This record gives sequence, C-alpha cells and structure tokens, in this order.
Amino acid sequence: MENVTTRTYSMVWLWLIVLTGIEVFLGYIHVPLAMLLVSVIGLSIVKAVLILAYFMHLKFERLSLILTIVPAMVICILLFLVFFPDGFRAFDLKSFR
Amino acid sequence: MNQTLTTNWSGGVSPFGIGHKKLGMWLFILSDSLTFGVLLMCYGYVRVASEAWAKPFTFSPSIIFSTVMTLCLLTSSLTMVMAVTASAQGDRSKLVKWILATIAAGLAFVVLHLIEWNHLIAEGLRPFSVPAEWGATASPMFGATFFAITGLHMLHVLSGVIYLGVTAARKRATHEDVEICGLYWHFVDLVWMFVFPLIYLLSIKY
Repeated sequence: MENVTTRTYSMVWLWLIVLTGIEVFLGYIHVPLAMLLVSVIGLSIVKAVLILAYFMHLKFERLSLILTIVPAMVICILLFLVFFPDGFRAFDLKSFR
Repeated sequence: MNQTLTTNWSGGVSPFGIGHKKLGMWLFILSDSLTFGVLLMCYGYVRVASEAWAKPFTFSPSIIFSTVMTLCLLTSSLTMVMAVTASAQGDRSKLVKWILATIAAGLAFVVLHLIEWNHLIAEGLRPFSVPAEWGATASPMFGATFFAITGLHMLHVLSGVIYLGVTAARKRATHEDVEICGLYWHFVDLVWMFVFPLIYLLSIKY
C-alpha cells in the first residue's frame, strides 16, 4: 500500500465510472450491434486491467505472481470471447433477425 | 539450478512474495474466473447459434437501472480499498466503517438486482421461455443464460457480503486477511465489468 495513495484509488474509480459511462452512451446512441460488441469488450478489458492492477494490487506484486496471474486471465478472457466473432458472420447468414 | 531452488524454496522465502492464504485466494480467483468464462462462452455460443435473440432492455428504465447497479458495485470496490488502507494503518474503527460501507453498497446491488429479476419474471421471463411480446422467433434460451450468469454473480456478491461481515467481526483478522477479502470483492466487481456489457448493453432494445 506504501506506493499507492487514496487519491490514486479515487482516480481509478473515476476512470472506471467514465469508461462505464462511455459504454452506456454507446448503447444510448444505438451504434450498430457489431461495433457496440467490439467497443464494449475493448472498454471492459481496460476496466478489468485497472481493477486487477490497482484495486487488486497486482501491479505492485512480485513479477513471478504477475506472470502467473496475467496470462491465465488473458486466456480466460479469450476463452469466453471465442464465439462472439462468429456473430459477425451470422449477421450475413441470417435471412431474418 | 540447485542453487536457485535452495535460495527460493528452502530458506523460508516464498517465491511469489505473498503469504500462502493470499496465494490460495489468487488460485481460487483463477478457477472462478474460468467458471464465469465458461458461462459467458456458452452465452456467446447460444446467442450466435440462435435464429434471433431477444433485445428486451429499453434504455430507460432497464439500462439506467443496471447502470446504477454497476455504480454500486464500483463504489463498493472503492470503499473496499479504503478499508484495506485503514487496515494497513492499523485503524480498526475506520476499517470496520469502510467494510460496513462496502457491505451496504453490495446489499444495494443485490436488492436492485432482485427488483429487476422480479420485474422480468412478472413480464413472463422464465429459464426456458421468453414472453410472447419479445418476438415469436426470439430464442427461449435468453432466460437460461440471463438467470444462470447474473444468478451466479449475485450468489458471489451475497457470499462476499457474508465474508466481509465475518472479516469485520473477527478481532483477530490480520491485515493480510483484510487484503484477501478485498481481493475476492474486487474479483466479483471485475466479473460484473464483463457481465454488464455482454448481457445488458448487447440486448438494448433498438
């Protein structure tokens, strides 16, 4: 905790809210679904990194722990995103939606 | 090689620089993220494989409602880091206050979530059927993915609230115990950062 001040945490919190606001705004202005998918996933990954690095303090842990946790998290995120790209193909295949 | 092993493992030095309990929580978080990862993967599969997917969430009030829920959870993460900071300073009364604030925000999330569930169930959403007005071709699996993913997440929030309460009540809880509790709580927040856009924002009514 030595190197992180309350101010840093508040800034991270503020950024998380701003990024959530952008996601909701994109939904509000009805950007096309495919673009919405890519942008909210991108923004969510940024939010996940902020939470892991600052709130979960991973940025300040020993490198061995970072190298254990981060690749596993990356693989997990890739795992659950595996079918979403098929959504783009499915838009063209479907005769009606 | 032998030299490395000896210096890292045999001299009472932990290779990760954290205690065994904290390492245990990190390993639990990895396995739990796989649980949620698999559920979200199934959601992606079912959604892509369906002919049509219901988009029932109107911006107002549904999305605004779930955004408020997101804010509750984000704020509870901030109060949790404040609790950990208070614990690092050895200020027990401040620690308990911040943990109580975290519990309050977590409970607010659960209550709002249950109100939302209640509305959807009243509308006619069931695990394996959707209300007729959501469209005749709409996949009946909407309810299954929605209730499974948000339900498991809500269960995690509730367990987290109990875990926080126990940590606050335990006078013998060390600073590391509070940190570990914080790790769990932030993880629950982290999961919601993916559940909220994928389940809610991608199902906004157009």
